[in-house]
This record gives sequence, structure tokens and C-alpha cells, in this order.
Amino acid sequence: MADIKSFVKFFKNPLSVIGALIISALVMAAIFAPVLATHPPNEIVMADKLAQPSPAHYFGTDEMGRDIYSRIVYGSRISLQVGMQVVGIAISIGVFTGAVSGYYGGWIDEIIMRITDMFLAFPSMILAMAIAAALGPSLSNAVIASSITWWPWYTRMVRSQILALREAEFVEAARASGNTMFGVIIKYILPNCLSPLIVQATMDVGFAIQLTAGLSFIGLGAQPPTADWGSMLSTGRKYMLTHWWYVTFPGLFIFLVVLGFNLLGDGLRDHLDPKLKNTA
Amino acid sequence: MVAYTARRLMLAIVVLIGMSLMTFYISHAIPGDPARLASGAHAKAEQVESLRVQMGLDKPLPVQYMIYMKGIISGDLGTSVSTRRPVADELKEYLPATIELSVFALIISVVAGVFFGIVSAVRRNSALDHFLRVFSLVGASIPVFWLGLLFLIFFYKQLNVLPIGGRIGIGINPPTKATGLYIIDSILSGDGIALKSSISHLVLPSITLGYSSMGVFTRMARSCVLEVLSADYIRTARAKGLKETIVVYKHALRNAILPLITLVGLQFAYLLGGTVLTETIFSWPGLGSYSVTAITNLNFPAIMGVTLTITTLFVVINLITDLCYAIADPRIVYK
Repeated sequence: MADIKSFVKFFKNPLSVIGALIISALVMAAIFAPVLATHPPNEIVMADKLAQPSPAHYFGTDEMGRDIYSRIVYGSRISLQVGMQVVGIAISIGVFTGAVSGYYGGWIDEIIMRITDMFLAFPSMILAMAIAAALGPSLSNAVIASSITWWPWYTRMVRSQILALREAEFVEAARASGNTMFGVIIKYILPNCLSPLIVQATMDVGFAIQLTAGLSFIGLGAQPPTADWGSMLSTGRKYMLTHWWYVTFPGLFIFLVVLGFNLLGDGLRDHLDPKLKNTA
Repeated sequence: MVAYTARRLMLAIVVLIGMSLMTFYISHAIPGDPARLASGAHAKAEQVESLRVQMGLDKPLPVQYMIYMKGIISGDLGTSVSTRRPVADELKEYLPATIELSVFALIISVVAGVFFGIVSAVRRNSALDHFLRVFSLVGASIPVFWLGLLFLIFFYKQLNVLPIGGRIGIGINPPTKATGLYIIDSILSGDGIALKSSISHLVLPSITLGYSSMGVFTRMARSCVLEVLSADYIRTARAKGLKETIVVYKHALRNAILPLITLVGLQFAYLLGGTVLTETIFSWPGLGSYSVTAITNLNFPAIMGVTLTITTLFVVINLITDLCYAIADPRIVYK
């Protein structure tokens, strides 16, 4: 799947490299947050409130004198965690239902497909909002709400891959040599669905961060005083006309991270799936 | 074709019923007591109880759902818990604003997106192509709520050329109502002041929203045009000595436009749902802002109403798109 030549090619594309760099920086920030931060993220210093960006506070401070730079550094942990959780849950449900649907066909397939139709008929933001509101505003509920809107895409993707592979000779051979249904799916079919799944998942981590940040922005995600990028933007909105730095920096980082995952996903697609290269 | 339409219609109805069940369940799982909320903080227990009976909240859930469905069929979406007005009336007030915003956002994203896509394809692998690719990726990655805030900081605070929010300037009368879309209404009634004001209020929200879905059109247009440009009949057209612009716009674009129809339908539906955050930022009085208020007030008749309205539109638009596609391309036969 990935020989050295195509690996080199991946790094020859400047956009993929930028994407990879952004995501590495995010992971580093999440791991080394205590080292990188200049202040404790929740340290309140009322005397310093709403201070402009300066060498003491790189990105300024908020209405309680908390250091925005340090809060953003710690916020990278939440963003990364949220993105991975949403996509992880969505993939787990999607792969299972998609595999069952594609492999068994018939009425099971029909039922699962109609259920995905129903979920896909909801605009995802509206559905996520309704679920998050029903569960009560908190970060973990925002994650659950986002995952619920996401899994049908993976179900469809895995199903279509399995439909294409179900009749392949190597699958028939595997079945003939006495493997169970699930053995065949897990050992022989799923590994062949990996490339498109990895590409989609990479991009989706970014979009999941964007969606949950949106939920936090309208008050349905992380709650104060959590150092979360979306809820920082939400509080910062009150001060946007007088203190530009408050909303500018948290938003900039959401944007960069989503862009990073997009660029990386794009690069991976060229890398893993040469067929799609020039059409996308 | 008739059989296909009938099948799609049946499917749409099944999906809508399923959705109504789901929204009903979701909105009834909301913690908090709407009867207590509606009767106010100082109400006595008996008052809350009588309101609960009045609102039908004491009946079992399936019964409540049947009552609700009966209402929907006769056009009654229940009463808003916070304003005590019929939800259907409130939705009628808020819906045109959302439609106006999403239609303009759609126009912006289609026109800009398709144009950039063609340019990208024609100048494939040039610096311009790479720039446009990044530009559309930025659009897909930028959170609309952040872009909206940046626009406000820049165009309202720094330059002071565009308004901070709302649909029309304070002190300016909305145009005489015909469609509910301010721009069309003010043109119809020849109201220049209202027209100018409503356009200036629409610019930032529709660009904010439109930019987010522009990239999809750029990608699609680029790949379609690239595919068509390598076709034999294009080579023939070039060999005949036609000008490149005629080859691209008359020969290539015509054939590349077909897949775009589906995308326009899908994106319009997406924009309708995606207005929530944009409307919140720009205090745009549409369904998005309405639903955010409804959720904070645990106003579930209103939540149900919004969700049903938007999803019904979503389903109907998708249905129309599929049928349009069949009409536009005679090669497609649906069974």
C-alpha cells in the first residue's frame, strides 16, 4: 500500500506537509501543555483583566485576567480528544452496521439503510443541537450528540465497500476454507476498506472539532471555566468590538486545526488512493 | 418515471414519520419541567399542575405523540411555551428570513465556486490553481462563527461600512409584505430605502455562510470540467479552430453542469440547517436564532416545529433535486 516512493511523494506536496506539521504541532501542544503554557489555564488575576497581547501575555488575557495563550495550549487537549472521540464512536458504530448491512443484505440491510436515511435527512447541526440540548449541556454530551449525527456516513461507506468485495474471489476462498462470517469480514474484507476509511476519518476529526466547537459556542458544549476553544469564543463574543484578541486567537486555532486535518486528509488520499488523485 | 417518483415519495413520507418520532422523543427527553418553566418561578404547585393538564403533559407519551401528529396534519404545531403563541405562526414569521439568507448564500457559493472551479481546471497545476484550491479549503475549514465575528470586527468596527446585525436598519420600515423576503418585497413595492438597507444587512451573513460551502462547488466544477476537457468532442472542437473560451464555456461547461444540479440541491438543504450559527452571530431573525432561543428555554413545541420544518424542507429539496436530475439528463432511467 505504501512504498517508499509514494511516501516521498507525500512529502513533496507542500500542502500535505503543512497539514502534517499543523497536526504534529497540535499533538505536541496537547502532550506538553504544562511545559508550553506560561500560566496555569484557570489562574484568575483580576488586576490583569482584558490586557492586550504583550510579552507577559502573548495573546492577551480574558475578562478574569486568565492568560489566553495558556488556555489555548490546554484547549488543544480538549479539541484533540473531542475530535478523536467523535470519529472513534462514529467509526465503531458505522463499521459494525455497515459490515452487517453489506454482508447480510436482505431485510437487515433494508432496515439499516432506512435508519441511516432518517439520520441523514436531518441537517447535522440541528440534530446535534437537539440531542445535546436533550442530554443537557456538557462536553461529553456534545461528543455523543456529534457522534450520533456522524455514524451513518461510515455505515454507508463500509457497506458500499463490502458490497464491492463480497463476491470477490479471495472472499469466496476465505469462506470456503471454513471461516465464520465475522472472521471473513474482520480478517479479509475490512483491511481492504482501510484506505478510504483513513482518509475520511482524518478529515472528519477536523470537522468534528468544528461541530463541537459550534455547539460550545451556542452554550451546548464545554462549560466555563473549561479552557475550550469554542466556549472561549462564546464568552469572548461579548468583548469582540472592544478587545479583538479575545475572539481572534481561539478561533484562529480552531481554523488552523481543521485546515490541518483537511490538508493531511487530502494528502493521504493522493497517497493511499491514486485513483482519486486528479478528480478531487 | 412515475413509479420512481411514487417510490421516492413514499420513502420521503416514511422518513418524515420516523423523524417526527425521533424529534418528539428527543424533545420529551429534555430535562426540566416545561410546565413549571411556562408558569413562571412564583407559580404555586396547583397552578403548575393545571397548566400541565392544559398542555397535555400529563398524558402518556404515545398519546401525546398522537395528539401532536393530529395537530400537524391540520397545520397546528402546538403553542410556544415561552410566548404562548401558536408555533406555526411564529415559524411563518421566522422562515422567510432563513430562506432569504440561505438563498443568497447559495447564489454566492454556486457562482463563485463554479467560476473558481472552471478557472482551476483550465489553468490546471498553475499557481492560480493551487491558490484557489487552498482558498476553498480555507472556506471549508474556517468556523462560520469565527469568520462572522472577524467580519464584524473589520467591516462594522474598523471600517464602519456595514451594519452589525438584524435584517433592516433601525427606524426603517420593512417593505410591504408579499413574500416575506425583504429584498424581493422592497423591489416589488419600489421601496429604495428598504432595499438598500436590507441588502447591506444581508451582505456579511450571506458571504459568511456561502463561503463555507463554496469549496464543494469549486472541487466539483474543477473535476467535472477536467473530465470533460479530455473528452474526444472537445478535441474536435479545438481542432475546428474554435476559441478556447467558446470551447470551455459552450462545450465543456454544458456537459459538466449536470452533476452540479445534485450538489446545488444538497448544499441548499445543508445551508438551511447551517444557518444556526450564522444567524446567532448576526442576530438574523430566522429559524436558527429561533431554535437557539427555544433550546435555552426548553420550549419543545418550538424545537419540534423548527426541526420538522427544516427537515421537511430538506427532504423535499432532495426529492426535487433527484427528479430534476432525471429530467435534465434523458440518459438516466429510474426504475
